[in-house]
Amino acid sequence: MDNQFLVTSSPHFRSEFKIERIMLDVVIALIPALIAGTIFFGMRALLLTIISVAAAVLTEYVIEVLLHKEITIDDFSAVVTGMLVAFNVPPTVSWWIPAVGSFFAIAIVKMCFGGIGNNFVNPALAARAFLLASWPVQMTTWAVPGAVDGVSSATPLAILKGTEVAGAQLPNLWTMFVGNIGGTIGETSALALLIGAAYLLYRKVINLRIPLSFIITVGVMTWIFGPNGMFTGPFLYHILGGGLILGAFFMATDYPTSPVTPLGQVIMGIGCGLLTSVIRLWGGYPEGVSYSILLMNMVTPLIDRYTMPRVFGTREVKKVA
Amino acid sequence: MGYLVDLTRGLWRENPTFRMVVGLCPTLAVTNAVANGIAMGLATTFVLIGSTVIISALRKITPEKIRMPIFVISIATFTTIIAMLMNAYFLSLYNVLKLYISLIVVNCIIMARAEGFASKNPVINTFFDSLGMGLGFTLALVIISTVREILGNGTFLGIQVMPDSFQPVLLMVLPPGAFLTLGLLIGFFNMMTALSAKRKGAQKRRAVNVDESAVNIG
Repeated sequence: MDNQFLVTSSPHFRSEFKIERIMLDVVIALIPALIAGTIFFGMRALLLTIISVAAAVLTEYVIEVLLHKEITIDDFSAVVTGMLVAFNVPPTVSWWIPAVGSFFAIAIVKMCFGGIGNNFVNPALAARAFLLASWPVQMTTWAVPGAVDGVSSATPLAILKGTEVAGAQLPNLWTMFVGNIGGTIGETSALALLIGAAYLLYRKVINLRIPLSFIITVGVMTWIFGPNGMFTGPFLYHILGGGLILGAFFMATDYPTSPVTPLGQVIMGIGCGLLTSVIRLWGGYPEGVSYSILLMNMVTPLIDRYTMPRVFGTREVKKVA
Repeated sequence: MGYLVDLTRGLWRENPTFRMVVGLCPTLAVTNAVANGIAMGLATTFVLIGSTVIISALRKITPEKIRMPIFVISIATFTTIIAMLMNAYFLSLYNVLKLYISLIVVNCIIMARAEGFASKNPVINTFFDSLGMGLGFTLALVIISTVREILGNGTFLGIQVMPDSFQPVLLMVLPPGAFLTLGLLIGFFNMMTALSAKRKGAQKRRAVNVDESAVNIG
């Protein structure tokens, strides 16, 4: 009986933001990219996404039942994680790879640290790092859109890096913007991702601080340190290629793992951008978005601590000597 | 006659790896294969027994102020012996574990037993305590390396146990796999301990725990 009366201190301000609504918005925002992935890579992409989502939701449910915790699968957060895991794998992988990835994301990264809101890094990205370290061949076999079975192709970033055969040509920018290129299921179509991002911005689920500072930093860095001398870099290819747009709008903005202060969010974006550029330009991998976000996730508490605004009137009075 | 108590202490109640969480450097580093885990565990057990027995025998004539150097000399002696023995008879194993065998000198388990038990107890008790601790450490290494080798390589002691279609989880034999496995196992054993404690407690008193129901609501 007592539980029916919620006693809190002032201010009594009812927020319309609820986890369920926010996560549903993210799911809606990811739908265009899923449609694009299905168009370019065939039904297999859709199937892998469904498997991944099912595995994520099932894992969360089973763990919560086993641990006698409140069942939270209806808040859509596991659905979002499952979708993002699937978006991070190539469309050619075996069916169990996204399932194992989703299991890892939910069981290890999310539930072991206390469930929703307590994960210290983005679960989907941690799952990607796990999958990439465990099955490197499967995770880096890319396919030509429309010819998923067999024919492998290079991603634009791999061509830029020069790790592929010399004959490989960069696709033109419009193709890259639409997304008809090699890559993971969800990352290729900048157009579809931007439609989803616009919806999230309209719903005020995310703000532009992290994504914009992230993308601009990558653009500036890759423009300055071009392959043929300073200020000649193909920065548009770097922005449209790889998982930058997916990562910047949908993963770096994850609430529990990104700073809450406005200045902190800009620092997070710039940090992600710098790390991504460094990995792409000088690192061993062609792509660095996932690792840069994971690294910045870990310093998020530190950023928050140093950018915490001062409460008005609490400045220390200088001691008179 | 507390010999049995001394022997079983290290196996579970004060298991160096899962309960006291000491000696993690070799635990994390060498457990990517069961053979390495067994070899490392037995080598440590040998050094542990040898050095603590010596320390225990000398405990009455060891001056308080220089006991540490005496412990270290004793431990270093046995570490050198085991390193030379392995170099002579198990060369391939030695080449894999070389670095970590020398590092047994600074293993926390041995120092902890020397300082905490051997320097205060008779030789025979010390022998059983060290045997238990060493076997407990070996057991922990075998458990961890079994999980890692089966998942990460599909084999147990080099024999394939998983079906051909199984694609090994490479991460498990890489360093992150060690941390993951150790963390999950410690969590699992803590859970088992809590469960058994709860069961014992419930048998003793059947009083309603008010606090627990409050936690569920919150």
